[in-house]
Amino acid sequence: MANRLIGWALLGYLALILVFILAPIVSSFVFSFNAGRFPSLPWAGFSTQWYAAVLSDSAIRSGLINSLIVAACTSVIATALGFTAAYTDYRYTFTGKSIYMAVAMLPPNVPVMILGLAMLVYQSELSLSGALYSVIIAHVVYCAPFAMALIRLRLSQMDADLEAAAWNLGASQGQAIRHVIIPFTLPSILAALFLTMAVSFDEFAMAWFVSGFQETLPVRILVLLQREVSPRVNAIGSIVFLVTIVLAAVALFLSSGRRRDEAAPVPASSQRDAL
Amino acid sequence: MPSEAARAPAIPVGRQGMSRGLFGVMLAAPMLIWQVLLFVAPLCFLVMMTFWSVRNYKLAPDFTFANWQKVLSTGYFWDIYLRTLLYALLAAGITSLVSFPGAFYLSYRIPAGLRRSFLFLLITPYFTSYLVRIYSWKILLTDQGLINLGLGALGLGPFRMYSNLFGTTVGYVTLCFPLVLLIQMISLSNVDRNLIEAAHNLGCGRLRTVFEVIIPSAKVGLVLAATFAFILSFGDFVSPTLLGGSKPPTLSILMVDTVRSGSDWPRASVIAMVMVATLLACGLGALRLAYGGRKAGR
Repeated sequence: MANRLIGWALLGYLALILVFILAPIVSSFVFSFNAGRFPSLPWAGFSTQWYAAVLSDSAIRSGLINSLIVAACTSVIATALGFTAAYTDYRYTFTGKSIYMAVAMLPPNVPVMILGLAMLVYQSELSLSGALYSVIIAHVVYCAPFAMALIRLRLSQMDADLEAAAWNLGASQGQAIRHVIIPFTLPSILAALFLTMAVSFDEFAMAWFVSGFQETLPVRILVLLQREVSPRVNAIGSIVFLVTIVLAAVALFLSSGRRRDEAAPVPASSQRDAL
Repeated sequence: MPSEAARAPAIPVGRQGMSRGLFGVMLAAPMLIWQVLLFVAPLCFLVMMTFWSVRNYKLAPDFTFANWQKVLSTGYFWDIYLRTLLYALLAAGITSLVSFPGAFYLSYRIPAGLRRSFLFLLITPYFTSYLVRIYSWKILLTDQGLINLGLGALGLGPFRMYSNLFGTTVGYVTLCFPLVLLIQMISLSNVDRNLIEAAHNLGCGRLRTVFEVIIPSAKVGLVLAATFAFILSFGDFVSPTLLGGSKPPTLSILMVDTVRSGSDWPRASVIAMVMVATLLACGLGALRLAYGGRKAGR
């Protein structure tokens, strides 16, 4: 009896947590359709005017396009780097490997404001700042470790003999990677692509420091927030939420959906065929 | 997938194409080159920048300790430093406490399918605009916000929940919560169930099991989670700006102001270095706390 009571209490607590996490998102979404200027009750009526205002604002549109370009480039480069590093970790042992892994994993542990400042002073010294590629450079530094972590997780579930078997059958290392490693890690590669895209699409601190006039959407939002309180932010926010939630959800689905299959004791070989 | 490799003639490894070592180097190199040139080098340059000087709003390579002296000798810098430290510690503590029952429930008392759904709901918002989530808190927390409206209808309030420490802390918790919950959950799931069974069999009550068996066994993860919360809050700019009203400022606000007022990047770099040093010290301290002390068998 007491046990069930505790269970219910904990479940209620979890519900509260969900409310805490979802409340700002939901209220922003709800008030993005509010006709009134102020996000307060009583509700002033349904309107899509803020969306119209947002979509016709050229600064926001170019910010969105910049963000999409940056996110797309970042995700491809970061995932490629992440894959090579994860494979290096999986396949090779060498002196200094722990330093290699530390350098590869460290960036997300440095506060983004500091990374941003470091990027700014470094890039402007090299005349690299103020362009979209400046943002891409910074975002890849930050995102590649995420990609590496995801792909590494997947590789750690792989039977190490599979690749060796391919070598023994005459595959070159490149062929073994192409026909054994990549098919096996494909779900995590795709997950890494979507996740890094979501992270990049949302990152504002580094972009704020280095983007110059090439503002990305989050930078535009930050500038807007510092200047005025506008219900347009709710509309942009809802759009951003939708984009990033879809990206992150796809990433989560891809990276966790696979693992469930492996919970069943399936021989490694037939697992690969299933791919 | 039938691979073409299977049809290729059997050649011993290493004969075909380049040597194993060279191939490995080629795979290891891209990440290393990128992160050394574009992560390690900028940080090193930031250290160097702290010794440069600014003349007529222009940066000039130099070797002077003036920036360090200027920053470290002002009283308000240390006020801000101390405040940021306390805020971040508070945020780490609160987030850990708030998250623990949730992590506990998710790791011990919920079927796997339901856990996945909950995790999904908890974690996806983490990847969506932090800026907008923080801004959205305004709708709820201001004096005319939804919470105060609700409380007003009950004849309570209005409570000041915005433009103060409360608002800032709400923002910090929003920022750190999913990560803390996830790490706590993983570390709780890794606690040996036999230990818990044994405690029960020996007549240990529920709460006592939690405090004397589960928490010590999961200590590493719990400390790690709190450390991440500390790191995130310590460097955060958005919560203290948008929910705390940026007064009194935190270190990141001070740093941004220093960057923007004129081009005093060297002094901003000093602030950044002090932050990095603090985080390193706290990180090492947390590692000692997590792994040191009494060795708990596992």
